Amino acid sequence: MTRIGRSLYGRISISILTLLLIGVAPAVADDLSPFAGQAGTIKISGGTAHIPVMKAAAKQIMQRFSDVRITIAGGGSGVGIKQVGEGLVDIGNSGRKPTDEEITKYDLKMFKWAIDGVGLVVNPKNTVASLTTAQTKAIFAGSIHNWKAVGGADKAINLYTRDTASGTRSVFWKKALGKGEISAKANVVVSNGAMKAAVANDPYAIGYVSVGHMDESVQPVALDGVTPTLETVKSGEYKIARGLYSNTKGEPTGLTKTFIDFLFSETGQGLAAAKGFIPVK
Amino acid sequence: MRSQGLVQGLLAVAAAGSVAVTVLIFGFMIVLGLPLVTSGTFFNLFTSSWLPNEGLYGIVPMMAGSLFIAGLAMIFSFPLSLGCAALVAVLAKGRVPALLHRLVRFMTGIPTVVYGFAGIFLLVPVVREWTGSGSGMCILSASLLLAILIAPTMILFFTDSFTGVPKSYLAAADALGATPVQKFLHVVIPCSWRGLTTGVLLALGRAVGDTLIALMIAGNATAFPGSLLDSARTLPAHIALVVAADFDSLEFRTLFACGILLYAFTTLTVVLTRRMVADKGGAP
Repeated sequence: MTRIGRSLYGRISISILTLLLIGVAPAVADDLSPFAGQAGTIKISGGTAHIPVMKAAAKQIMQRFSDVRITIAGGGSGVGIKQVGEGLVDIGNSGRKPTDEEITKYDLKMFKWAIDGVGLVVNPKNTVASLTTAQTKAIFAGSIHNWKAVGGADKAINLYTRDTASGTRSVFWKKALGKGEISAKANVVVSNGAMKAAVANDPYAIGYVSVGHMDESVQPVALDGVTPTLETVKSGEYKIARGLYSNTKGEPTGLTKTFIDFLFSETGQGLAAAKGFIPVK
Repeated sequence: MRSQGLVQGLLAVAAAGSVAVTVLIFGFMIVLGLPLVTSGTFFNLFTSSWLPNEGLYGIVPMMAGSLFIAGLAMIFSFPLSLGCAALVAVLAKGRVPALLHRLVRFMTGIPTVVYGFAGIFLLVPVVREWTGSGSGMCILSASLLLAILIAPTMILFFTDSFTGVPKSYLAAADALGATPVQKFLHVVIPCSWRGLTTGVLLALGRAVGDTLIALMIAGNATAFPGSLLDSARTLPAHIALVVAADFDSLEFRTLFACGILLYAFTTLTVVLTRRMVADKGGAP
């Protein structure tokens, strides 16, 4: 490498560094700075779709402010709402809007910080790429039980569903299945992550996950011709969508409030977008 | 002598405490499960459909799931454990017994979730491809994995009781010209009756009570299982899956019935086994 080359390289890296310093750092400092001087623990549980964003936010916050501890647990939307209502956690996440009954009973304050779709997924080896609503209902009710009936291989369909605490399930059940029957023979898994792992491992599986959780390990299935992706959910073309809520008991205060404000800040909304959700701002 | 009294007192308090907790838990479940009886839903539990949306709370499929999975796990695990314990305590020579014993003790420390996780990625696909039907998440997979989980409990109890057989008995058998296998079958096993039963009992308790393996591997379907390759749900997994329902709902109340059933099952096994051991008269 010549001297000119080396100095050019040096100059570029210095300018990048400068850009980083003047461009990015102040923005981060603005969104994270409300945590300065605060200490304590924020306990979060509930919706499993929320977890990637919660983890990323917690990492950013705890890396800069070592006095702030954030714990994140799953359990499902039902668990999140119940635990925050009983005062066991500070923030209870839910992948569905809490019911009016839950809101009044626990005095919940809801914060919807992102929108997420729920889509059908199959194993990448599966050739079925699209289903109609009628076919989906029949598959989940157990009346279609071979992939051949919907244009796939001559193999039994392995159904996967979620437990009753799941917000993902309740949205899928209402909006995709029209509150139709889900066969008692369906396998039940307990989180979006577990659903993805089960479908990724089983060549004849069908299940449903949060669009934000979809990656190359599973293949999304178009419903009535619309593939569930970030774009189709955003444009409203794909209809099976829900808000991602973080709920608190009464108005949030202190650290909890700072955390929720952070979710709505530019950085927080950026995290939501980076994890495959649609920011609300 | 004062310190002895003190120690006795402390131990008595500890013993009374653990008895009280056990009784209190049972009472707690009865009290919280009571609304089921008064609302007439109790007998509804013993029907075969779990459809909470339609007011059907049948837990018979889960009872069947629990029995099949735990029973099959015992069938797989008992011969394995007996053989392993025989090897460790009586039959093998050299360094093998010590190594095996250490390995088994190490196995007791492996968290259940590790078995479950390994099972999802290693066992479930094998069972699915092997049998060619179903998703691989089934009674067979769960019971195979559970068999591994409960084996150390049995092996350690069996080994202890085998090594506890008086040396003079063994010397007598040797003097009569018995081979090691004859000695094992005719002297060691009859002398270890009590240890064998205790080991089996504790392992069965663990198999019936285990939540995570069944939750991760058995598939959790609420339909009554028709074959070993069907997805099934056990009572503990059912409790774990439904516990998130609203505290006041009937659905939630039925969990206490599940708890009472599990409790009753364990108590029954303990009582029956005690009686069996007493009847046999068993050597120490």
